[in-house]
Amino acid sequence: MSDTSLVKEFTKGLWKEIPPFRLVLGICPTLACSKAFNNGFGMGVALTFVLVCSNILVSAIRKYIPSKIRVPCFIVVVATFVVIVELVMQAYTYPLFLQLGIFIPLIVVNCIPLGRAEAFAYKNGVAASAADGLGLGIGYTLSLSFLGSLREIFGVGTWNGIQIFGADFQPFTFMVEAPGAFVCLGLLLGLMNLAGKK
Amino acid sequence: MQDYILFAVSAILVNNILLIQYLGNCPFLGTSKRMDTAVGMAMAVVFVLVMAGIVTWTVEQVFLIPLKLQFVRTIVFILVIAALVQFVELWLKKSIPALYAGLGIFLPLITTNCCVLGVCLLNIQENYGFLKMLVSSTAYPMGFGLALILFAGLRERIIIGRVPGPMQDTAIGLVASGFMSLAFLGFKGMI
Repeated sequence: MSDTSLVKEFTKGLWKEIPPFRLVLGICPTLACSKAFNNGFGMGVALTFVLVCSNILVSAIRKYIPSKIRVPCFIVVVATFVVIVELVMQAYTYPLFLQLGIFIPLIVVNCIPLGRAEAFAYKNGVAASAADGLGLGIGYTLSLSFLGSLREIFGVGTWNGIQIFGADFQPFTFMVEAPGAFVCLGLLLGLMNLAGKK
Repeated sequence: MQDYILFAVSAILVNNILLIQYLGNCPFLGTSKRMDTAVGMAMAVVFVLVMAGIVTWTVEQVFLIPLKLQFVRTIVFILVIAALVQFVELWLKKSIPALYAGLGIFLPLITTNCCVLGVCLLNIQENYGFLKMLVSSTAYPMGFGLALILFAGLRERIIIGRVPGPMQDTAIGLVASGFMSLAFLGFKGMI
């Protein structure tokens, strides 16, 4: 595997296949964990860790996994790393752990790690899989942080806890409620489609 | 008794798992394009979640708590659910072929439906007793089914309408589900 193709695997996750816009997977945490910038960023980092590790491990042991039972094997690999993330977050970032709550264990059933294991890591080498996982993970973190910032700035009037508008700003609470998440993501997806067409 | 009815109503309408708690959105967007797939998915989720809820709750009480293994709960639950779905599929194929024909293709997808694992984990986190767990594992997927079937009806109409190019398909689907979620948010004051 040459350097240029490694770079290509890495950068495709940042724009060409950026999840969840280009690759419409992992919608639930995108909606639920984008209430504020730090939630989105934390979720993105947790997912990046799981994705990179599971991609590396799956691609390293891909010759020993019989193809008939490959999906249960992938699930065990992903679940192992999710438990690691869960325990680490509980120990070091407890407030964030409480805010993300049930969505941390639910990374197991997030379609991105499983989908990449099946579509990419099972067929490619370790270095390429690591690059693929890192690129998609960073892309996902960027998307979630952006969506989180947008919803936090207009919904609460702060960014990462810092006041942005003056005291007389009327927050647009629709944005931080459930419907706002759906509408925001839908409109952003439309904008991304528009940008991609050119 | 009244408690359980109120809890069921709140799980179906007020805290709708799909539109208010954001669980299970991938199958929601994937299977809501046609009414028949939406009905199949909704039935499969109710069917599996009732069983998964009972089994995971029992596993937690019988094995994980006495052995102090709660920290591997995520792995154990997902494996239990995956195995359960496989068994259900085999059993349905042999004994109730008519039901299998309806649910068949949706069953393997359920393993990765986050609403199933999500409700199982909620049951444990909220410390529900057996009866309350049973109500929650029935009411939440019913709310999922309700929202999914309503939305499939909506989406069949959207496909006929002329949507601007970039907004087609998933984008307009998300915006439309946002408005449905707004409607469900209106139930908030009810209980």
